[in-house]
Formats: sequence, structure tokens, C-alpha cells
Amino acid sequence: MPFELETAPNPEKLKRVVIEPVSRVEGHGKVTILLDDDDKVQQVRLHIVEFRGFEQFIEGRPYWEVPVMVQRLCGICPVSHHLAAAKALDMMLGVTITPTAEKVRRLMHYGQMLQSHALHFFHLSSPDLLFGFGSDMAKRNIVGVIAAEPAIAKKGVFLRKYGQEVIRMTAGKRVHGTGAIPGGVNKSLSAEDRASLLKEAYQMIAWSRDAVHLIKGLFEQNLEQYNAFGRFSAHSMGLIRADGAMDLYHGGLRARRADGSTLFDHFDYSNYLDVVVEDVKSWSYMKFPFFRSMGNSDEGWYRVGPLARVNNCDFISTPLADKERKDFMEFDNGSATGSTLGYHWARMIEMLHSAEAIKDLLHDDDICGTELMATGKRQERGVGVIEAPRGTLIHDYSVDENDQVTHANLIVSTTHNNQAMNESIRVVAKQYLDGKEITEGLLNHIEVAIRCFDPCLSCATHALGQMPLEVTLVGADGTAIDRLTRNMHGVCSTD
Amino acid sequence: MMSATFTIDGQEVPFTPGQSVMQAALSAGVFIPHLCYHPEFRPHGSCKLCTVKVNGRPATSCTLPAAAGMDVESNTPEILDKRRALLQMLLVEGNHFCPSCEKSGNCKLQALGYELEVFTPHFNQFYPDRPVDASHPDVLLDFNRCILCELCIRASAEVDGKNVFALSGRGITKHLIVNAESGKLADTNFALTDKAAQVCPVGVILEKRVGFAVPIGQRHYDAAPFSAHVAEFKPTPESQGERS
Repeated sequence: MPFELETAPNPEKLKRVVIEPVSRVEGHGKVTILLDDDDKVQQVRLHIVEFRGFEQFIEGRPYWEVPVMVQRLCGICPVSHHLAAAKALDMMLGVTITPTAEKVRRLMHYGQMLQSHALHFFHLSSPDLLFGFGSDMAKRNIVGVIAAEPAIAKKGVFLRKYGQEVIRMTAGKRVHGTGAIPGGVNKSLSAEDRASLLKEAYQMIAWSRDAVHLIKGLFEQNLEQYNAFGRFSAHSMGLIRADGAMDLYHGGLRARRADGSTLFDHFDYSNYLDVVVEDVKSWSYMKFPFFRSMGNSDEGWYRVGPLARVNNCDFISTPLADKERKDFMEFDNGSATGSTLGYHWARMIEMLHSAEAIKDLLHDDDICGTELMATGKRQERGVGVIEAPRGTLIHDYSVDENDQVTHANLIVSTTHNNQAMNESIRVVAKQYLDGKEITEGLLNHIEVAIRCFDPCLSCATHALGQMPLEVTLVGADGTAIDRLTRNMHGVCSTD
Repeated sequence: MMSATFTIDGQEVPFTPGQSVMQAALSAGVFIPHLCYHPEFRPHGSCKLCTVKVNGRPATSCTLPAAAGMDVESNTPEILDKRRALLQMLLVEGNHFCPSCEKSGNCKLQALGYELEVFTPHFNQFYPDRPVDASHPDVLLDFNRCILCELCIRASAEVDGKNVFALSGRGITKHLIVNAESGKLADTNFALTDKAAQVCPVGVILEKRVGFAVPIGQRHYDAAPFSAHVAEFKPTPESQGERS
């Protein structure tokens, strides 16, 4: 049994508590908790119960359709898929995109980061943080926040709206636009759009900074609880700029062990398969990636996303966000850097960075440039990696001489965090549920832990035909008679 | 010489002898929905979207010669309802996934769908599985979007003199094919410059590597609906039946 509480020895004799659906997250997932007669927690699992099949159905499609098609994986951060696919296909075309194309894409990406982080923090998580994890369920939602804290709610709504406007002006639509195309972009920013965004850019920076201070204040007020809640130790991974700065759009891969030492750095992401492998488990449709050099998923699992990125970078290139990063790193002797709720703090630092980066890009004349497309020498395969709001996102495509996609592999942020999310809910189950009578408020603690990761469960369930399955035939007396398993390669076997 | 008139929804429309109801209407700036009609080709009458009621009886306006005194109903709830049902049937027969289709914004089927407020498929989807033909170096064929308007067939035969396309099968199994032993476009003399490459009203015949190059907002039907483009459909000598 690799992980404590992952698999109970005698599940058929235990009581089963199910949280379904997990609310205030993107997509559909459920948590099962098995308790013994003394209400002691014996097993906790986050299950992903839907599958989508994108990798399968883009096979055979023309490559130029892919960035627009795959973004439909998600309605919250489609821009990340849009850009990761476009980057992968730039590589396939052998293209180095023009400065205008890169800046327009970056602007789109920072707009995406701003709106997604604002949505997650204000709309989905602030009810837990402001009212308490076990507070009255009727009030514990964005409507409750609007009633009790209208000033905070208003900032959240307007920050998100601004981010959506940035996306609309660069991609053509607030959700599921077409701005990035293989080899560049189809438009740059118009002078009018630039002026209208600039008008509000400084307000967005101020409000983002307020949000960082809000979560920092909550840490100060609830130091012990926030530090301990769902806390676990893990390795981490993310993109990093050549000079060590945080870079959400492009860079090399940096991985650090749980003790802070470096596992690999500035690693060329097109060779990601040399460092990351995906494991499967029979009880989840979501895969379990791990570092290849560590041998197995028990040892080699890691976390990605805001916490990993803020911890892993040497500095942030925009001044206000970098100051907040330093405060975060130094807070209570660095305790927040390993805290699961620290994800929220790191997320708000990134939102501030995005707001500052948007302002900087709007002051750069290239953003309105006319050189949109570039050409290059074509290759068979391309890999694109981007830091999506929820973490490292990998798109990998092979394209034949007729321009059709022959193979696709997508590893999305939430998949990287699969083990980390499971780990955090097991810790929370032990901390809050063990031996107690289960109430809705206690169960919400489990969801609070999951929400820290801002999981996108619809993104994480894209692989069709690769789900491992387990079927058990159970006799009338409850004993297992036969068991059939299918592994990720579709091979079936009996015990 | 314009001497005679008929009425569409009460509006008087002049016509010249030999004009169809559709041609006379479009010449007068009165829009009648259509998909298989194209001003440069002889009318076909297959999509039935242009169905109107003439003196109380249904008829396809693209094939019906105009006559003096006709009482034509077009924009009535009853006819619009029928057109909506026709569009829904076309939409479910193919794989019309507008969200990832590069023809989105330039597609006549989509534009008409928006204009006639087709908000649901209503019927069960067929989900055909017709393989994409990507064999040609410059043009991709996605047969899953074909509405059998035969414009490519007509263009290839009448203008290009090539006969690259044809329809095969009957009834519900009818489908577009390529005239080559292999069935592949690469094994024909089709060229990107052919008229047949320019006339597809939907997303079947696509120039390769263009994709989403035109940004949202600048596509053909972004600024104004299908009906506002009525000037594009003005009759030509060919549509008057003069092409041999």
C-alpha cells in the first residue's frame, strides 16, 4: 500500500461517505471516504468520473484546426490550451514567431491568468476563506460574499471582467476565440483597444495587490490553522525563464525536490517524456504523472501551479509582485511556502504579476504591430508547454505530410496535481474527520483542500481509450469471487 | 424591359420575362433564404430553403418562373418554421461542429441558422463518419459537412471542365465523391484555382493551411447577417440559363 489511506484493506466492511459532485470547481469529480465502526477514516480518494476523448478525436484532423478545437477542453482557461497547442504547432512548422505575435499571445495569456485567478479566488474560494470552512452552507457562496463583503466581491467581478476583455480584444471572443494560429496570430491589438485597456490597467494592479493583502491577512489571523491545513511535503515543477524569473508563457522546465534541492533545471520541454512518466490506477480516470528519475509514482509525484511556480522562481520580473513574493517566502520563516492554502496566496501574487505584465505590454508598441506570421522549416512533431493558471500544461502533436494530426498527447495541470490533491484530502480527513460524526461542514473541509489546487476536472479527463478499469464480481456474502483489470494499454488480466 | 410585377409578402416586385421568383426578388433587394442557389449557376432546387407559397401552393422560388400577378408568401411564420426544420435536418445529417470549424463566420449554413434562429438541432444527430481527404497538397475535403448542394459538381463540370466531383448513392446514403479510381482528390486534376474550390457554401472544400487566419469580427457574416448580403446574389447571365 503505497500511500496511507489510499486503499483500505477491507473496504466491503466499511461505511461509505461520498461527496458528489465536488462543488465550486471546474468539471465533475467525487470524493469517497470509507469509515470503520468507530468513524475512523480508512480510505479517501478523489475520483474523476467523466472522460472526454480529445486526444482521440483530433487524430486525423488538419493541424490548423487544433488550437481552436482543443481549447474546448475547458471554459475557464481555454486560452491555455489554445496557446499550448499553437506553441506546439509553431515548433512543428519550425517557426520562431514575430515579436508582435509573441506579445499579443502573452497579453492574451496574462488576461487569461488574471480572469481565471480572480474567478477562482473570489467566486469559488473566498466564501470558505471569509466565512470559515464549516460555516453556514446557505451563505457560503459568492452571493453570500456579495451580501457580506460587497467591496471585495466587486473587485473580484471587475478583475475577472477586465481579464475577459483582454482575451476578447486579442482572441476575438471572451471564451473560445481564434487569436493564436500556428505560426503566429491573426490580429494584433487595435489602438482603440489598447487605449481602453490602459485606462483601467493601474486600477487592476491596485485591486490585485489588495487581493494579495487580503489572503496574507487571513494567514496572519489564522496562522496555525492555515499552516497545518492539508499540509504535505512534495516535489514541484514549472517553467522558468533563462534568467530564473517566473515566466508563465515560455521557458525551460525546473523541478525541485521536496527539500528544495534541484532535480533538473532549464530542461528543454520538447523532451518532457525523458523526465515525466504517467502512471495509472484502477480507481481513477485521471493519470498519475511522476518524475522518471525517481522510478515510480510513489516516490516521484509532484505538485505544479501557483505554489510551485512562486516557490521555484528566483524572482518575478515585475516589481510589485516580486515584493509580495519576498513577503510570502519570508512569512513566518517560510511556513506558507509548504502550506496547501499557500496556493491561494501564491495565486494572488501571480494575479498581481499578470496585471503588471498587462500594463507593461500595453506600453509596448509591438502590441499593435503588423508582423503577425512567420514561416519556417517543417518537422513531424511539435511540443508546446505553457504555465496555465492551474500549472504546467503540455501539448504534443505529430503531423503527417498531408497536414493531418497522427498522434496527440496532452498532460494538463490538474493531472500533474492528481497525487497532491489526493494527499491533501487524506491529511484533511485525518485532521478533521477522524473519529467524528460527519457533518456537511466537516465534509466541506475536504472540498476546501481540493479547491486550493483550483482543479479543472474536465481538462483532466481528456483521454479516451486509455482508462484503466477494474471489475470485481462479488458474491451474495460480500466476498470477491473474481476480478478483471484493464491497464492503460487496454490489456485485460485476471488476478 | 420591366413591365410586369408580382408581390412578395405584399411588396410589389418587378421582373423581366424569364426571371425566376428568386432572381426577381434578389434583384429588387428582397432576400429569400437559400443554400444551393448561386447567381453564377443555373438553379438547382435541391436544398428547398427558398420554398415560398405561390397563390397558396409551395414552390421553390429559385426554379419557379416569375409571372405577373403572383401572390408570393415568403416571410411568414408557417414558411419560416418549415425552413427552420429543413436547416435542422441538414445540420443533424452532417457533422456541423461550428465551434472548431474554420468556415465558421463564413459559412452560409451557419449564417442562415443564426438568421432563422435555429437554436437546437431538434432531430437526432446522425454523426456520419466520413474520412477527411487530405491527400491534395493545397485543398482539404471534409465530407462530413456536405449538404449535397452540388455547387462543386456544377462548377467543376460547367466552368472548370473537369468533372472532379459527383454524388453517389441514393436517398439517405447519397454522398459526395471524387472522380478518381482511388477516390482521392490528389489523383484528379483538381487545382486550388478551380471554380469548384471557391463555391462550397459550407466547410467541405477548404484551402489548406489557412484555418483561422481571418480574425473574429472580420469574417463575412460577422458584421451583418446573410440577408444583408443580398447584393452578392444578384443574377448573372449564367443564372438566367445562358451557360451552355
